[in-house]
Amino acid sequence: MPAVSGVAAYLAMGGYAVFVWPAYGLTFAVLGGLALNSWRRHRRSLRLLEALQQQFGARR
Amino acid sequence: MINRFANPARFMRLSAAALPWCSWSSVVVLALGLYLALVVAPPDYQQGEAVRIMYVHVPAAWLALSVYLFIAVASGVALVARHPLAEIAARAAAPIGAGFTFVCLATGSLWGRPMWGTWWVWDARLTSVLVLFFLYLGYIALVNGFDDPVRGGRAGSLLALVGVVNLPIIKFSVDWWNTLHQPASVLRLGAPTIALSMLIPLLVMALGFWLLFVSLLMVRMRTGLNERKALALRLNGVLASRAARTGAESARSPRPALR
Repeated sequence: MPAVSGVAAYLAMGGYAVFVWPAYGLTFAVLGGLALNSWRRHRRSLRLLEALQQQFGARR
Repeated sequence: MINRFANPARFMRLSAAALPWCSWSSVVVLALGLYLALVVAPPDYQQGEAVRIMYVHVPAAWLALSVYLFIAVASGVALVARHPLAEIAARAAAPIGAGFTFVCLATGSLWGRPMWGTWWVWDARLTSVLVLFFLYLGYIALVNGFDDPVRGGRAGSLLALVGVVNLPIIKFSVDWWNTLHQPASVLRLGAPTIALSMLIPLLVMALGFWLLFVSLLMVRMRTGLNERKALALRLNGVLASRAARTGAESARSPRPALR
């Protein structure tokens, strides 16, 4: 990372900023989205299971 | 051995204990990997700073292939041994693998534009990875396309097994055909041809991706088991109430097996 003008030069990524930052942004958007989706579906399955167990009084 | 390890109740216990460790360490390792990749690693003498795309592109590609292999093995076990956990594992892994494959394709495109001068080219490596992406999507559509999860799972397992032929094609496409894509520089016979200052950030990122995969896999498998249990409960409840309504002598609920 060039030390010339600090942050701006770093963010410019040697002229490749428009490729490097979207690559990282997209990667972590997809991975974060997967994590969020997994978490939400898990919560939903727990709620469903709880409701059914209450409804049928089953305990197993 | 497989049976002992793959008992659903045991899996729920083990994964409940492992999940916090695995997910938090994936966050820590990914943060470290980002720091190494974006700050510590040197620019390439030819590619300049654009080489930093490698640290997300290559681990995503490794995971895209590994997760598919995992799905294929789990599908084989599901078909042959009929083990309920194997099919749930394969289903749970598919969206994660599709995500990694998409990341691989998209970051590859963003890397290809400045380095090769094109976003996309229909050569062997790129096309075979695109086929992998479609295999993932096909598998997901297939397992969800049946009302009966058992039939859906069986159809998906067959597709996953047939699709395995694509894996060696992807891996060796850069050797078998002329392609714009460079040949392997880490996973090859002999020593890696990549400098240590770049190899270490790459491996840290790969470890972070792996830990994330295992964490998400466990969460999604737990979800799958909960859903199966819910389905069984609902079937039980319906059968029991029908038996009660028709005044059947006993509501001996024929509990459907967990698969």
